[in-house]
Amino acid sequence: MNIKILGSGCMNCKTLEKRTIDALQELNMDAAVEKVEDYQKIASYGIMRTPGLVVDEKVVMSGAVPTVEKIKELLLAHQGSK
Amino acid sequence: MKKWFEQYPLGTIAFLLPLWVLLYVSLQPIADSIVLVTGLSPGTHLTEAFRFFVFEVPKVLLLLTLIVFAVGIIRSYFSPERTRKILGGKKLFVGNVLASLLGVVTPFCSCSAIPLFLGFVESGIPLGVTFSFLIAAPMINEVALVLLFGLFGWKTALLYMSTGLIIAMVSGYIIGILKLERFVEPWVYEVKAGHLDLQEEKLLFKQRISSGVDAVNEIVSKVWIYIVIGIAVGAGIHGYVPENFMASLMGKSAWWSVPIAVLIGVPMYSNAAGIIPIVQALLEKGASLGTVLAFMMAVIGLSLPETIILKKVLKLPLIFAFVGIVAVGIIIVGYIFNFVY
Repeated sequence: MNIKILGSGCMNCKTLEKRTIDALQELNMDAAVEKVEDYQKIASYGIMRTPGLVVDEKVVMSGAVPTVEKIKELLLAHQGSK
Repeated sequence: MKKWFEQYPLGTIAFLLPLWVLLYVSLQPIADSIVLVTGLSPGTHLTEAFRFFVFEVPKVLLLLTLIVFAVGIIRSYFSPERTRKILGGKKLFVGNVLASLLGVVTPFCSCSAIPLFLGFVESGIPLGVTFSFLIAAPMINEVALVLLFGLFGWKTALLYMSTGLIIAMVSGYIIGILKLERFVEPWVYEVKAGHLDLQEEKLLFKQRISSGVDAVNEIVSKVWIYIVIGIAVGAGIHGYVPENFMASLMGKSAWWSVPIAVLIGVPMYSNAAGIIPIVQALLEKGASLGTVLAFMMAVIGLSLPETIILKKVLKLPLIFAFVGIVAVGIIIVGYIFNFVY
């Protein structure tokens, strides 16, 4: 699984990154977490609110910092949909 | 608490709302008894500053909680995606009016200014309309309105909101007719924004209430400390600074006070929570409303960090035009108020 955190490096993006890593750990999932700070790339995902969470090139959430629990749900839902 | 809201949303509100009202109406007696208990003798500078503090802090925090909760629910009905859809294809003027109004209710954080700008421009929303949104969104925010309402009364809050809206509409319109598109960084127009198929899930009312609770948690935990500090400084001014101290400096007769207030305000970046209580105390000491209003708008509406962020997508002439037009608008508003009151 490949995970991208979209955001310009503000507080919210850092929190999201940390929580995503925590969520992955709790789920015992293995994934590369990558930060995308370039606005052109961020826009190419079509989001208008940062931070954004992208799993395998699919935007699963934007404009909020979900709890670790919620991120776990999103990750599991994504895995289930494959 | 969040659990209650999730399980019994309406019941929890029905229980907390009367409690809120009860607390709110008993603020004065509570403050008075706290002053009494401390044994401070009435009438001294210290006592009056202290009384001001123990009354204003809980009052503003109570108001803030309620309003942020309500605004959190209202905002759950709006999203930048939906706003973009509404604004798409709108001409100047109508677009400016709509964009300014939507700027107030659409969830916005200045850290998202760029993705939002790109999203708007990419979908063909005119530059001037986009600016109306970007001016209104930070200038008219719930924290500022709560503080204005709590410390100055509803008239000032309403004045701030309506003049703020007018500035956003008119400034955006002017930017639109000046045709400044050539001062947008060229790469902006090359952005091929992907189309998000995040289906906008229909939220249950329960979930909207829950976003209200989230908003309270997020905003109140962030700004309470500034409110306390701001009111403490305000209390100090209230108790110690002599009456009419500010009259010569920020009074009506000092014509230069409005532009100076704006010049000082623009580079200052304080959140509304810290600045408004201080400004309120200054008003009490003889500063005039127009000057004070202009100062607040400049601090809240035009901030240096946001302008620096915008530098990534705008060339300098456009940034100067944007700051200049809004600043002139604020100065005019300041003079009008000084003249009317």
